Amino acid sequence: MNTESRAAAVIEANHLDLTFQTNDGPVHALKDVNLAINKGDFVSFIGPSGCGKTTFLRCIAALETPTGGSLTVNGMTPDEARRNRAYGYVFQAAGLYPWRTISKNIKLPLEIMGFSASEQEERVNKVLELVDLEGFGGKFPWQLSGGMQQRASIARALAFDADILLMDEPFGALDEIVRDHLNEQLLALWARTEKTIGFVTHSIPEAVYLSTKIVVMSPRPGRITDVIDSPLPKDRPLDIRDTPEFIEVAHRVRDGLRAGHSYDD
Amino acid sequence: MKQVIAVLTVLAAIVGLWYAACVPMNIKGVLTEQERAGAQVQPPSAKDRRDLGEFGLIAGNSFAIPATWEQARPRLPAPHQVAVEMWKTTVQKKITSKRSLIYHAWVTLSATMLGFVIGTGLGILLAVGIVHSRVMDLSVMPWAIVSQTIPIIALAPMIIVVLYSVGIQGILPKAVISAYLSFFPVVVGMVKGLRSPDAMQLDLLRTYSANGSQRFWKLRLPASMPYLFTSLKIGIAASLVGAIVGELPTGAVAGLGARLLAGSYYGQTVQIWSALFAAALLAACLVGLLGVIERSVLKRMGMAQ
Repeated sequence: MNTESRAAAVIEANHLDLTFQTNDGPVHALKDVNLAINKGDFVSFIGPSGCGKTTFLRCIAALETPTGGSLTVNGMTPDEARRNRAYGYVFQAAGLYPWRTISKNIKLPLEIMGFSASEQEERVNKVLELVDLEGFGGKFPWQLSGGMQQRASIARALAFDADILLMDEPFGALDEIVRDHLNEQLLALWARTEKTIGFVTHSIPEAVYLSTKIVVMSPRPGRITDVIDSPLPKDRPLDIRDTPEFIEVAHRVRDGLRAGHSYDD
Repeated sequence: MKQVIAVLTVLAAIVGLWYAACVPMNIKGVLTEQERAGAQVQPPSAKDRRDLGEFGLIAGNSFAIPATWEQARPRLPAPHQVAVEMWKTTVQKKITSKRSLIYHAWVTLSATMLGFVIGTGLGILLAVGIVHSRVMDLSVMPWAIVSQTIPIIALAPMIIVVLYSVGIQGILPKAVISAYLSFFPVVVGMVKGLRSPDAMQLDLLRTYSANGSQRFWKLRLPASMPYLFTSLKIGIAASLVGAIVGELPTGAVAGLGARLLAGSYYGQTVQIWSALFAAALLAACLVGLLGVIERSVLKRMGMAQ
């Protein structure tokens, strides 16, 4: 394994391919994807729908199986990494169980992984505090707003202390104001926990605001067209979005998207 | 208040229609009785009366209309006759009496409940199997559907005869027929309920490396609860029908079905109607009770808002 030479890479893809066999013939969801994500990175995947950004995230989570190339997570196969609780996954919808309170929802992975009752309690309190939901543990999901529900689902993904947080358009269904607020909170959370975060989005400002590394992807076949290391400082107030540096990065992302996107169909 | 008035209006309309229907239904019988008692009826000859329509008879003998609501053995008993019969056979009889409707209802209810428990248990087991095994999905589901296309009235005597020949009689054959009718809605509802979690919720459990039994107990089963209760309400009504039908072909001496049968043997229409109302009342109570349980369970689960 060549992970020794690049010890800092927690997620590494080499010539990754994924082809779905459909009734209309093979679909190249991912083609020759090469990427290394280092520990503590905040990586955004951006691109139009069908570019394979979600598929790539699902490959990392071992929810899809690549048909070619190699992919390692913490130096293991994605399957082994999952069994070693390498990552927490946040979906586009909060997906909280309506029959469980917020606390019980956060306990779900802990129950499955066999944590003791007292440790479950302790961890729930810790992550509720991390996402600013203290005091809401006893509520049922329908009693919370959409933004709060999504925060609860992030808490659920953080509960078992995985080093990697994979987020698939987690704020896609929320309105702009709530989204800004959650983005700010997510950055604060990232600074506190020093997790490695993979974040799928199709919002350019969101990608630029959050990331240390922006991966621009394009469809048919799904591939990486540009990887941008953000020059922005780690400490980012919301109004950093008006600075020339921010606008320049956003511009480069937009160029990358335009270059990769064919409008001739 | 407005709703109460609306409900009462509908009820009054039904009762009114019922009284009105009694007149043409019973007029012929009434006139025959009246003639025997020496009254003048139009037309006097029984043959002419037979050829004349009911409404012609009513027009010619309006004096006889009140009597159509008071016959001992009417074709269609009036509401108050049924009510009086029900009052007499429930409140005014000891529960142990063979003439007590409560006694007969209890006989039917016990078979209903046993059948319902068997049917529900079987239905849930089949649904679990169908959801987890493609082979069962393909092999059991079609038979479950076919089983419900056979008229139960044709099947019930066979079930009773076959079970009798192996020495089983009493409450169990009736319960088997009940179960036969009630398992189906439970299978259909539970299959739908157990499959109701979407791909995202299943993926979420995969990210935790959850195993099959965790997936079942923590996701599929709780998600199916609202579907289960809907099925149970249909199932218990079907169960009651099954128990009553099970009492018909054997010439049973006890149970609401037996009351229906005895009533039709002896032309006791009032008895038939009161047994029918008892059955309807029983079904309403059972479904209502399930509704109360449903609300409290779903509320405790946090699924009723």
